[in-house]
Amino acid sequence: MPKRSDINSVLVIGSGPIVIGQACEFDYSGTQACRVLRAEGIRVILVNSNPATIMTDPDFADATYIEPITPEVIESIIIKEKPDAILPTLGGQTALNAAMALHELGILEKYNVELIGAKVDAIKKGEDRQIFKQLVLDAGADVAKSVICGTVDECVSAAAELGYPLMVQPSFTMGGLGSGFAYNEEELRRICESGLQASPVTQVMLSESILGWKEYELELMRDTNDNCVVVCSIENVDPVGVHTGDSITVAPALTLTDREYQNLRDISIDIIRAVGVDTGGCNIQFAVDPTNGRVVVIEMNPRVSRSSALASKATGFPIAKIAAKLAIGYTLDEIPNDITRVTPASFEPTLDYIVVKVPRFAFEKFPAANNTLTTTMKSVGEAMAIGRNYSQALQKALRSLEKRGSSFNWDGALGNVAELLEQIKTPTDGRIVQVQQALRAGATAEQVFDSTKIDPWFIDQIVLINEVAADVAAAPSLDETVIKLAKDHGFSDAQIAQIRGLSEAEVRTMRHAMNLRPVFKTVDTCAGEFPAETPYHYSTYEEETEVAPSNRKKVVILGSGPNRIGQGVEFDYSCVHASFALSDAGYETIMINCNPETVSTDYDTSDRLYFEPLTLEDVLEVIHAEQQSGELVGVVVQLGGQTALGLAKGLQEAGIPILGTSPDAIDLAEERGLFSKILDDGDLLAPANGTALNLSEAEVIAARIGYPVLVRPSFVLGGRGMEIVYDQAGIRDYFDRIADQGIVGPNHPLLVDRFLDDAIEIDIDALFDGTDLYVGGVMEHIEEAGIHSGDSSCTLPPITMSDSQIARVREATLKIAQGIGVRGLLNVQFALAADVLYVLEANPRASRTVPFVSKALGITLAKAASLVMVGRTIKQLVSEGHLPEKDGTYIPAGSPIAVKEAVLPFKRFATKDGRFVDSLLGPEMRSTGEVMGIDVDFPKAFAKSQSAAGSALPTSGTIFISVSDRDKPQVILPVRRLQQLGYKVLATSGTAAILARHGIEVQVVRKHTDDNSVAEGPSIVDLISAGKVDVVVNTPSGSSARKDGYEIRAATTAADKAIFTTIAQLSAAIGSFEEVIAGPFAVKSLQDHAIDRAVALAN
Amino acid sequence: MSQALLVLEDGRVFRGQSYGAEGKTLGEVVFATGMTGYQETLTDPSYAGQIVVQTAPHIGNTGVNARDEESNRVWVEGYVVRDPSRIVSNFRSENSLPEELKKFGVVGISGIDTRALTRHLRTAGSMRGGVFSGDASKQPVEQLIAEVQGAVKMRGLSLSDIVTTPENYTVTAEGTKVGKVAIVDLGIKRSTIEHMAARGLEVAVFPAKVDAETLLAAKPDAVFYSNGPGDPEAAGAQVEVLREILNQKIPFFGICFGNQLLGRALGFETYKLPFGHRGINQPVLDRRTGKVEVTAHNHGFAVKVEGGPEVASPAGYGRVSVSHVSLNDDCVEGLECLDIPAFSVQYHPEAAAGPHDSNYLFDRLVELIQKNKAAK
Repeated sequence: MPKRSDINSVLVIGSGPIVIGQACEFDYSGTQACRVLRAEGIRVILVNSNPATIMTDPDFADATYIEPITPEVIESIIIKEKPDAILPTLGGQTALNAAMALHELGILEKYNVELIGAKVDAIKKGEDRQIFKQLVLDAGADVAKSVICGTVDECVSAAAELGYPLMVQPSFTMGGLGSGFAYNEEELRRICESGLQASPVTQVMLSESILGWKEYELELMRDTNDNCVVVCSIENVDPVGVHTGDSITVAPALTLTDREYQNLRDISIDIIRAVGVDTGGCNIQFAVDPTNGRVVVIEMNPRVSRSSALASKATGFPIAKIAAKLAIGYTLDEIPNDITRVTPASFEPTLDYIVVKVPRFAFEKFPAANNTLTTTMKSVGEAMAIGRNYSQALQKALRSLEKRGSSFNWDGALGNVAELLEQIKTPTDGRIVQVQQALRAGATAEQVFDSTKIDPWFIDQIVLINEVAADVAAAPSLDETVIKLAKDHGFSDAQIAQIRGLSEAEVRTMRHAMNLRPVFKTVDTCAGEFPAETPYHYSTYEEETEVAPSNRKKVVILGSGPNRIGQGVEFDYSCVHASFALSDAGYETIMINCNPETVSTDYDTSDRLYFEPLTLEDVLEVIHAEQQSGELVGVVVQLGGQTALGLAKGLQEAGIPILGTSPDAIDLAEERGLFSKILDDGDLLAPANGTALNLSEAEVIAARIGYPVLVRPSFVLGGRGMEIVYDQAGIRDYFDRIADQGIVGPNHPLLVDRFLDDAIEIDIDALFDGTDLYVGGVMEHIEEAGIHSGDSSCTLPPITMSDSQIARVREATLKIAQGIGVRGLLNVQFALAADVLYVLEANPRASRTVPFVSKALGITLAKAASLVMVGRTIKQLVSEGHLPEKDGTYIPAGSPIAVKEAVLPFKRFATKDGRFVDSLLGPEMRSTGEVMGIDVDFPKAFAKSQSAAGSALPTSGTIFISVSDRDKPQVILPVRRLQQLGYKVLATSGTAAILARHGIEVQVVRKHTDDNSVAEGPSIVDLISAGKVDVVVNTPSGSSARKDGYEIRAATTAADKAIFTTIAQLSAAIGSFEEVIAGPFAVKSLQDHAIDRAVALAN
Repeated sequence: MSQALLVLEDGRVFRGQSYGAEGKTLGEVVFATGMTGYQETLTDPSYAGQIVVQTAPHIGNTGVNARDEESNRVWVEGYVVRDPSRIVSNFRSENSLPEELKKFGVVGISGIDTRALTRHLRTAGSMRGGVFSGDASKQPVEQLIAEVQGAVKMRGLSLSDIVTTPENYTVTAEGTKVGKVAIVDLGIKRSTIEHMAARGLEVAVFPAKVDAETLLAAKPDAVFYSNGPGDPEAAGAQVEVLREILNQKIPFFGICFGNQLLGRALGFETYKLPFGHRGINQPVLDRRTGKVEVTAHNHGFAVKVEGGPEVASPAGYGRVSVSHVSLNDDCVEGLECLDIPAFSVQYHPEAAAGPHDSNYLFDRLVELIQKNKAAK
């Protein structure tokens, strides 16, 4: 059936902020959908609250709404845009839930808007556990024995029937939120309580334990003609018990016979038919009992998922793109396979390589969190690697994580076998290396299987890797045969060097002298059966390379690797934009990255894609391969975050040209002494500071400049290891805690700064071409200095800064840009205290805020930066229309205000005793994503940002106040106003006393630690847990008082209520409370905002 | 592990390690792209005379077991893999693959750039080759090339007598018997018989050389020609037998080689494909329903039908429709006679290994039998 003629406009719903379980894979799928629909001549309307994404770029839709994804807002958009249809299957669970809400509120019917991609009925069948269970049984397949419960008591009595251990899964949640295994009643009660809360329908399913079974996923597509294809099979290396997002996974499945695999395929097709997904994709998860092959269906997602993004990258079959085409009426056989161009999409990709995905965790950001992996997803990103065999792909994937200790190693003493075997019983973020160490120390494969239930085949592969390491160690000389063997099993030069006691550079020199270099194969969907037209490559050590010669001028762009806290989709945004801009400028663009979730690793984005780890060795080899033909103009390192920047020096030493700011200049910004000189030369101030290589130096400096001090290691991203230290004991404690992380040492000094109390923090993103400075935007943080900029909400334009202050910031930025010698992007952070401007730090690279600036002001900073790097001037870019005439310091009257708000993952992390980790903000970044609210004034924009971030301000209800003494004077006015607005006020005794003196009617409530003498009745923690408090205001003071507030904050996190941990935030929000009471948000597309700005510029 | 060489007739040589039995083997080198089902592939008689290259790198992970055999022996002439499994991991496994290969004396090679080889075969076409290991690998390469160049070619080759059953045998129908099928075994797979029996068909299997009288004497409700190796042009005798069957208007179904022989019986030509279709991911359009099936293929020859989807049989059997077509290269994948009760498909509805999308064709056989019975 060809394209439907009755659909001329489609509203695409995005997935909102990056959170654990729903990350930039939905930017990839949504971007593909938008591109496909527009190419089909359909008007695309997009709603997504996430400014960091590529899909929310105004170029990708006809009308882009960066607005909260709520039914009310979507209704306003429907009224304005009158779309023919809504496509909700590419925006994750967020979009699907929004679509269901629209249906239930009758909005779809009211405005006669059709849901395409998946019907309401199909969504219900797939997601409602009871209906799904029946449907699986009807399809002749099996499910784990289970019971649906709506209360904790029901759970307890059901458990008596099913027996322990039990799996608990809440209905309608994503990323396994709230699910887990219960081994006894106590655990059951705890997990069910949070699970029931996490479920929008207050339902959990308890099921028999299938712990230790093998786990598989199949990715399917089906069209209106009932054609079904399985795009990819994925096998989890970690058996059932670890969320698939946290598992090491491999594609294709490697331990199934054809009979067993076809059985899973048959069941999948029966299910997709029964559920009724008929214009799109779905994902079905299975557990297989390794002892008898019994198959149990775990769940299905009637939409594009994280696994489908992985499957798309793993196979070259673009699921989201095809899903979008199916949604508008095409059938699979009408859609050509992009890669072969001559065969249709109605086939099943076959792989002649192995793909391994490994998760990236961020437990170091949450020291209190339990790092045991469960059915609740905790990883913040993933790396994928492709190799010609499993060992190669696995080792490449592990080194793609760019994390100390994540790769297999053979130095250090052998561990204790018994201890290691005990440790690996518990799945944790580092288990795969522990398994390798156990085997290295002499554990048998059988013992490892008994401890882990990892399939013996995967264990044997690690045995094999250890044997190869032993061969490398034992070889009389490092000859070609032994290096080739090691390379075939994925060993890096660094690993070989470690085994042989050489340096990485020595191994590389020897290897190159033998002319032993990788070849590059192609991901072609068909195992070589048809010629591939798309240059999507991976390295391996074999005979034949498939890199086609080209005589064009080439630019290599280094991506940012796996998502992690501090380095996420924002950097991918910049890389993708650079690729587009440089391609338009006539360069052949070559992308290197290893993150399967991203748009940058879509084979459509750049002229050539290399799916490779971002290590010096791997990058150098790609560059070498590309240098065999054409001219390499240079490598872009300043857009891929610290990952790419960290490679600059090594590339330069290897004689590779670096585009833009030189590696030496990058050092100027990072090296404290050199940077101080730049500030001195420019008459700029920095907070009093010093650098320390060890504890005693740090103590001396701190004593000199005075406490509190801000300590941070150099050369890190996202405020890793950054803390405010209040006294000498604190600094000692700090050194104790970072001792084994290797982040401070001879080459990596610790920066110690005087911490500025009560300062406003300012961020600026700018472009410098050697002559002119072009400001992308000046952002004012809402939280005071001391909260990491990535976790702080901020406004653009600034809301309290005067024109002259902005001019001073601009002037200072220009001096820094000149001093460093920036060519391209520069991000500077300032603090403004008592009208004195301090420079906090400067980073000559793309920052996290580049996409926010671009969306808020319509300045395409990353594109312009990439052109500056290849030699264009800002004057040229302005005259050619790449940049608006006036830069981001120009704020015409009536400019809208954009507010960026961070989204934090505290809910994902529990401590060892099962409670939530503390939700306090600090100098170390912890947020996973961000949202933007944009409106005519700050209160409206801030209200939108809170709603988009998932903690919408209530229009009425109860507010609890407990603040530190320091904050008490500032809290009076805001609370008074809130009471006038009709909110009921609760407070702890100390805070209540002060408020009462100001005439505020306040009810005293006892602290968790107080007894009944302070106040009768339940404690504040009990009230919060019972859902009787709607907003919590709790600020800590000093380090001891933090502990008192912990209970309150943890309970608030659990109850999913709005929380303010700084008074600045609360004060900022007061106007917003008024706005939410006043009525629904108005909506406006970025395209309309751009017209307003253009008009203002013209006048 | 001793060294092994894969030598192609055009002089290209791949060096790797010996796998399975040691020694030498000659055959037509073809690549198969399935990611599962190596055991079914190895025991598929259609691969007789061929050295099979597995494009999937890891082979042997799940071992071998009696249940998954498609015949009672390994048929491939030689075996080329990249990363043979060192262990076996599957609850049904009864033996390891290298042991199984040794048992049947199959000479193999591992550790070569199978993708480079596949791309070479795709470009240059399937060709003769040899795997040499142990002492056989120690001769000068020129000599090995000469040996390969002297090997027999697939074109014009008849292999049916080698793979067929020596004796007649019968398999009883499961459940209620709905009819009886006489099978001419040109290299039949066990799954095909199982599918028929499961649908209530009694199956009488005859050797490839069976004559029409013997077949008819069995009083079958339908005659079936199986898959099998070799050049259909070299199967003149079976084509003549088939024409007798068609003349008698006895329902006929053919798979793969059987499809090629129906094509020839109807008067069409067959031809050799450059590198064939061997995989379990091949999209085929069923023209009758407009639906796409993902199918298992294993064929190096195909039927040539020119002049549209519906043409007259050059041999005078009335109208013939091209019922199924490959969406990858428009190859004829199925024939349906509109005036006599006969149909066939080029691919493998029994699909072992492979997806089960086309199992319905066995239902069509049952329907054809029932329709024909009703018409009598």
